[in-house]
Amino acid sequence: MIIKVGRFRMTSGEFTTIAALTILAAFMSLPLIFVVSHALKPIDELFLFPPRFIVRNPTLRNFQDLLIATYSLNVPFIRYIFNSVFVAFCTVIGGVLLASLAAYPLAKHNFPGRNTIFLVVIAALMFTPQVTAIPRYLVVYQLGIIDTYFALVLPNLAIPYALFLMKQFMEQIPGALIESAKIDGASEWTVFWRVVMPLVTPAWATLVIIIFVGTWNDIWAPLVFTRTESMRTLPIALQTLISQGSVARQGAYAAATFIMITPPVVLFTLVQRRVIATMAHSGIKA
Amino acid sequence: MAEVKSGSSGAGAATQPQAVAKPKSGLQRLLAQYGVSYAFLLPYMIFFFAFLIIPVGVAVWLSFTYFNMLEPPRVIGWSNYRLLFLEDDIFVLSIRNTLFFAFITGPVSLTASFLLAWFINQIRVRTIYALAFYAPSLTSAIAMAVVWRIVFSGDRYGYMNYFFMRMGFIQEPFLWLIDQRTMLPVIMFVMLWMSMGNNFLVFLAGLQTVNTELYEAGKVDGISHPLQEMWYITLPSMKPQVLFGVINAVVLMFSAGFEISLSLAGLPSPLYAAHMILSHLYDYAFIRFEMGYAAAIAVILFIITFGVGQGALRMLSTKDE
Repeated sequence: MIIKVGRFRMTSGEFTTIAALTILAAFMSLPLIFVVSHALKPIDELFLFPPRFIVRNPTLRNFQDLLIATYSLNVPFIRYIFNSVFVAFCTVIGGVLLASLAAYPLAKHNFPGRNTIFLVVIAALMFTPQVTAIPRYLVVYQLGIIDTYFALVLPNLAIPYALFLMKQFMEQIPGALIESAKIDGASEWTVFWRVVMPLVTPAWATLVIIIFVGTWNDIWAPLVFTRTESMRTLPIALQTLISQGSVARQGAYAAATFIMITPPVVLFTLVQRRVIATMAHSGIKA
Repeated sequence: MAEVKSGSSGAGAATQPQAVAKPKSGLQRLLAQYGVSYAFLLPYMIFFFAFLIIPVGVAVWLSFTYFNMLEPPRVIGWSNYRLLFLEDDIFVLSIRNTLFFAFITGPVSLTASFLLAWFINQIRVRTIYALAFYAPSLTSAIAMAVVWRIVFSGDRYGYMNYFFMRMGFIQEPFLWLIDQRTMLPVIMFVMLWMSMGNNFLVFLAGLQTVNTELYEAGKVDGISHPLQEMWYITLPSMKPQVLFGVINAVVLMFSAGFEISLSLAGLPSPLYAAHMILSHLYDYAFIRFEMGYAAAIAVILFIITFGVGQGALRMLSTKDE
């Protein structure tokens, strides 16, 4: 059976699939739509019972409260935003760079210990990062960087997941391309920057989003490695707002939630195609 | 010594015959021939060892000590482990909660990720659906608590209570986030909502790499139904992606429950009904500063995660050989 919708023709099976997927997708989007709508609610709608799903008189008042008024937290909210952005930025740059550098020889060179190193990296995919929290804390403590930006960035730079994806993707580059560059007199360093890196843009776009989201949402590192309020990041500020739970802060809380959730989703939308192109090469051959 | 070293690295990878001609120690020859490769690996490896590999070793050692951060660690043998399993009822409860959580949400999430990816792959407009299913995994569990607290609110105006009372399933508002029977299921529900993450994308991408000639061949061999096709052709061709997905799911399920539990049920949760192994670890390590005891908890979690991960891999990779 063929169903016509406008100029599209589809089989009945396809139609059912699309209908079911649409319902499910709409249902799964509800919480996100609620966050957006909630952040725009004026104070009287925030406390309406039963809670109104879609805002009727949208306002930016909550954001104003959050950013300008400092009554709700010990440091201005903008400081948490800065911390989160700065830490995510540094971790993304460092993480992508380290993973790419290490992935290159693992994918394209042949050297003793290569397989062992790769096996260790695969095994490390199975490490729950929190398992190493205590000794990491001791390392950070010994380095004297507790409560600094270094403590939030350095321990999270070596990401097995990132190295794995990058290595798998780099293996797709034809060896002949690298060989011909070398014959033209390019050093390994030049090959890496001029030949390899431009060819793996989908992979590094993917790592950017994965590392950004991981760092942006991470609650563990700021909880464990920072002590003063001015070094905390957004998730901790949110957790504080939740636990204070006061009526006056509900608007600011809703706005903070919005600020917390939007950047990863926007960033992903921008690089979605590249991410899927990268994931195509992610399999483990066992 | 320094002279020899600079000489050999100067000869470098460019002129290999010379490096072979000179008799050198093994290490020097390695460096001369493969130094560039190791140099590329070095920065990652420094951080990898300093913050991942060595900490795992240190955690194992600390788990056999008493350590409170003030005095140096004192080796006390197996007593942390003995305490954990024989005296600490809350820890045993946290293992039960974590395993229950992981063994249900893990397989359900993997299956759902695969099926959704498979269905999306059948249709032409993919991007918007992929975004709708993936977006929840990008959110922070802490931030989403604002929604879940309203949905599962204990008064009659929470969406859940409102809905169930309208439908006549319950007469009184139900305390979803406080009642010990529903706390963990609610957390699992939230986890499933946000678990169509990287695995879903891995599967979606993997589906696009399956060789289409296989489907043609399958038709000739009498495979007619799309579900048969999925089971006999698609799944086996996607084994590498599935293996990768399994590892990710295991790690996610053993770690992610903690954040949702923290933001919805608190620490400690009422009657410890949503207490996870990680909640226990956090409690002992960074609230009570009993680092030795907490390290033992970490080691057990490590063994469980690694064991389940390896077990799942072995099961899947021997299945069709």
